[in-house]
Order: sequence, then C-alpha cells, then structure tokens
Amino acid sequence: MEKFSKVISKAVPLPNEDVDTDQIIPARFLKATSREGFGDNLFRDWRFNSDDSPKADFVLNDDTYSGQILVAGRNFGCGSSREHAAWALADYGFKVVVSSFFADIFKGNALGNGLLPVQVSDDYLAELIAAIKADPATEVTVDLPNQTISFNGNEATFEVNAYKKECMLNGYDDIDYLVSIKDEIEAYEASAITI
Amino acid sequence: MAKTLFDKVWDAHVVKQLEGNIDVLYIDRHLIHEVTSPQAFAELEKRNLPLFRKEQMVATPDHNVPTENQHLPIRDALSKHQVDTLIKNCEKFNVELYGLGHPFQGIVHVIGPELGVTLPGRTMVCGDSHTSTHGAFGAIAFGIGTSQVAQVMASQCLLQTRPKTMRITVDGELAKGVLAKDIILYIIAQLTAAGGTGYFVEYAGSAIESLSMEARMTICNMSIEMGARGGMIAPDQTTFDYIEGREFAPHGEDFEKALAYWKTLKTDEGAKFDKEYNFNAADIAPMITYGTNPGMGIKINDKVPEKLGEGNQDSFRKSLDYMGFGPGESLLGKEVNWVFIGSCTNSRIEDLRIVADYVKGKKKADGVNAMIVPGSKQVEKQAIEEGLDKVLMEAGFVLREPGCSACLGMNEDKVPAGEYCVSTSNRNFEGRQGPGARTLLASPLVAAITAVEGKIVDITKHLN
Repeated sequence: MEKFSKVISKAVPLPNEDVDTDQIIPARFLKATSREGFGDNLFRDWRFNSDDSPKADFVLNDDTYSGQILVAGRNFGCGSSREHAAWALADYGFKVVVSSFFADIFKGNALGNGLLPVQVSDDYLAELIAAIKADPATEVTVDLPNQTISFNGNEATFEVNAYKKECMLNGYDDIDYLVSIKDEIEAYEASAITI
Repeated sequence: MAKTLFDKVWDAHVVKQLEGNIDVLYIDRHLIHEVTSPQAFAELEKRNLPLFRKEQMVATPDHNVPTENQHLPIRDALSKHQVDTLIKNCEKFNVELYGLGHPFQGIVHVIGPELGVTLPGRTMVCGDSHTSTHGAFGAIAFGIGTSQVAQVMASQCLLQTRPKTMRITVDGELAKGVLAKDIILYIIAQLTAAGGTGYFVEYAGSAIESLSMEARMTICNMSIEMGARGGMIAPDQTTFDYIEGREFAPHGEDFEKALAYWKTLKTDEGAKFDKEYNFNAADIAPMITYGTNPGMGIKINDKVPEKLGEGNQDSFRKSLDYMGFGPGESLLGKEVNWVFIGSCTNSRIEDLRIVADYVKGKKKADGVNAMIVPGSKQVEKQAIEEGLDKVLMEAGFVLREPGCSACLGMNEDKVPAGEYCVSTSNRNFEGRQGPGARTLLASPLVAAITAVEGKIVDITKHLN
C-alpha cells in the first residue's frame, strides 16, 4: 500500500445520499481477476449512456470540477462488500472520500487501499459542498497526521482508528502483521473450543 | 458479568488484543466464490505465502454461473475465465471446491448451512456482504473485502474493531401471509438503510423463535441492508434439529458434546446491548419496496410516502424518478412483467414450497416472465423429488439451475431497462438487476401472487 500523509486538492461534489457500491462499480464489471483498471468503469451507469457516450450532467464529466477528493452525501458505500469499489475510486485518482457517514465494509476496504474516508458532520459537509459549488477552485486540505480537514479557513477534525492511521502513514498492510504472529495464532488454535 | 450471545462467540475467538481497540479475531470457516477470491489468491502468490488452513475453506462458483445448461461450457468469456480461475486456484492450493455439476454446488450462503458447515458459535467470513445469513445459527458471520479474504487465507485471522451490539425483539403472532421477508423489510424500513451501521444485531422475541431455520436465514441475510455488520439468532431446538445429520455437522458423540456447548449460546439475563428496538409482530404486514434502497419499503397496501426524513429530498426524488413512481402514489394495480424468485435471501426449499403451494392449479399472467432459481443443487433435487418443478412449470414458471442469477445480473439473467421486477432478492439499487431495471423487493408469496395477477395487488384478498 502507498504511504498517505497529506492531500491538498480541489474536490468533486457528489451530494447523493446512500450511494451504494453497485453504483460505484456495477456487478457486471466485477469479472476481472486482477485489481487494475476498475477506474474506467467507476460510476459507470451514472457516467455513461448505454451507447457508452458520456452523460453530460454527471459530475465526473463536468470539466468544472476536478481533484483527488470526492465529497459525497450521507451513507456512502452501502450495500455489497466488493472491494472493487475502493479499487475503482483509487484507480480513477481519488485519494480521499469525504462524507457525513460511511458504510462499515466500504470504510474498511478504503483504508486498506490507501483511500482515506473522512467523516465530517452533516453541517460541515453541507458547507463544504456549497463552497465547492460556489467556487470549484476551492482548495481542500486533508491532513492525516493531525486528523484535520480544512477549506477557506474552515477546519474540522476527523476520527481514524489509531492502528489504521499507522498503517496508512507507513503503507503497511494487515496481512504483514497477521503473518508475523503465526505462533500466537497456532497457540490460540491449540487452546480454543473446537467443534 | 452477564454477556450477550454476540459477546460469548466473539470473546471465544479473540487471539489477542491490540492497542486502538483492535482484536485479532480467529475465523473458523471461510467460504469463497469466483468473484472476490482471484485477487486474494494472487496476493498470496505475490507474497509467496502458503494457505494457512485449507481444510477450513469451502469454495463454490455462484455469482457468475449461467442458470441454464450448466453442463455446457460457460459462454460468456469473462465469466468462464473467472470460474476457471477459481478451479485452477482451488487445485493449486488444494481447497475443497464444489464446482458446476457437483451435487453440493450452490449459492455460498445456501450451501454452508445445508452442508452443516455453518454451526452455532462459529466465526465465518466470505467476500460477500450477505455472509450475515449464517448468523441464523448463532454464528458470528460477516462479509469482507478481497484484501481480508487474502488475510484469512494467510492467517485464518482478521484485525477487527469490536462492533456495538443491538437487539431487535419482535414479539407476538404474525398475520396470515406475513413471512420472514416482510419482518426484515419492515425492520429496515423502520431503522433505514444506515440504521444498523456499526452494530451487530441479535434478533429475538417470540415471533423470531417461531420461525423455521430457512426463515431465520432470510432475516439475518438482510442485516447488511440496514448497514449492520451481521445479524444473529440464538440457537434452539429448531436449530439443533436442522443441523443433526447434515454432511459436515458433528455426528454421534461429537454431536452430543457440541450440543452441550451450543445450549450455552444465548444472551444472559440482564446483559446490556448498546441499542434495543422492540416491535409487535401484529403491526407487520406484507411489504414491498418502492425506491432504490432496501430501507424504502412500505406495507403493500400503503402509499409511497410524500417525503423521506426531514432533510434534503433530492436523493428521495431521484430515487422515485428512477422507479417511475410519485410521492403519495399507491403501487396497487401497477403492472409488472418480471418476477424473480431466488437469491441467498429466498431460494431455499421452503421458499419454493410457498410459491408452488400458491400457484398450484393457477397460471401466471400473460406477459410475465417468471423465473425461479433454486439456491443449490440440493434444493433443486429436493424440489424435483417433491414434484414442485412440475407444479411450477404447469403454472408457467421456469425452474432454472442454481446460482445468484438475476439478484445482481452478473450472468445472462437480467431485467430489461425500465421494466418492473418483483424480486425476492435483497437489493433494489439502481441497475442491480440490469442497467435501468426497476426492482421491487418482496416475499416469495407476494412474488408468486404478482406473477399470477400480472400486477401488484392487495395480497390479503388472495389468501384462502
């Protein structure tokens, strides 16, 4: 996993609530056996017509907005556990998703792929979206070491699990750690209730 | 200290605790399928890691598989490649695979319980959010991403923050025609699609205790649709009777020994939950969804609400536009030309019996495509033994071969753009059943009646 520290970027507003992972990456694009290339089909059915022409009114097709930060409505990433949703967002170029509420599995998948979920209050989210819409050049700063997000001098803090933060800052994966405690896992197995 | 069922099972699986409220959680059984496992196997190979406990894994292809002519090669090249990759990986890593044509093949969440792999007190994971299904047996079961699939392959463990606990109690008697699917759609409509996020749910109360294992699985299956990591139900005699004699369940003396342990798996008197909800079974009616998330459900005779919640209504309006419904509108009389009975929510023998029982001697309406996809080869076999296939065919339904099918449309089974489908599956998201498809979630009984009538009706008028 790539190391993550600080992102300063313009942001893309997607105020829709309850964005499910079927919208982020529809099931018919899950047939790949590698992790690469999912960005091409990110938000496929919101982004493209059935003849593959872009839908002009979708925010990712609107040149007004760009950047590495996606700012989305409440309950982002609900539904299917597909990690492909996090891969698609990261592959497209996003490094941060800001929302006022994240679904559990999506949050875990994002953290494991160097994509930082930043949870803010509903009010802060509304202010951020309004600021981006008023001025698409608005610069948003997301600082993981200090756990802060700010734009136009409007700063908020966000929560992130201390262990997950260490992993993201250093680019560590859970798998490295789990493999390193093999002896302890085997000791557990020897003592556990086995049915 | 008094403990919840969840606490008992979780605590028994903590290998060690780390700073930051993270537990190393041991996983007893790992189910895999073709869609979310290839990148995990590739990860092991890339890191040159062995598979830690292959005997604790079960593999089957389900998401991609065709539901017709499974004896022939898969026609879709990408699907075939994914299924072939699963076969290749299972051969290479020596994992038990129930491939196409095998008598145990089926949807992972259907075969786990029917094979006796799913047992009370176990921890189980799968790269699929509906793993919550297995909680019906008093197991802790939840869906994971592909990186976590690789972690379990490499270590049989996961790093997990302990979820909060919620108990949802449903007491009383269910009215005629109200099934488990209605209970869970009702609960999700009350709590919303995010109402369970951060929680692990225990379902309790007399209405839950009265349910069969199949019905309990339907309820636990949809826990994820309110955002919960999982759902569970304390094992009881119904559970033990279901398990006894199943292929991989303990037998003889081992069963008796297991039984003594399983009987301890219930929430102690006075145990505290972080959140509690209580519902009266008598308030629940046959349900249907009108929108694009499973929290957007109403009693079938009720009208679409005028608004949703107190905040901004943009997402609500967008959802209704997609579905072609208006605020305050009744769904009764809406013409429907697709009916899908299947998925890990409602494709077990009991679901097929409910449908067959209703449609016996009737015909589906002209213009309705009615597809029934059994959850597994074993369900299919039992349906044929019971003669359900003939009843269904005479009524104009098509009985397919097992798989996830039109629940998510990864294979050919898709609903065309703009058309309505009353579906016994678990998600009504935009495009879930095919680009532009409009899904209305309901019970197998509502689906069967809709197929016969060709439109949404007040089902209470159609029950004897």
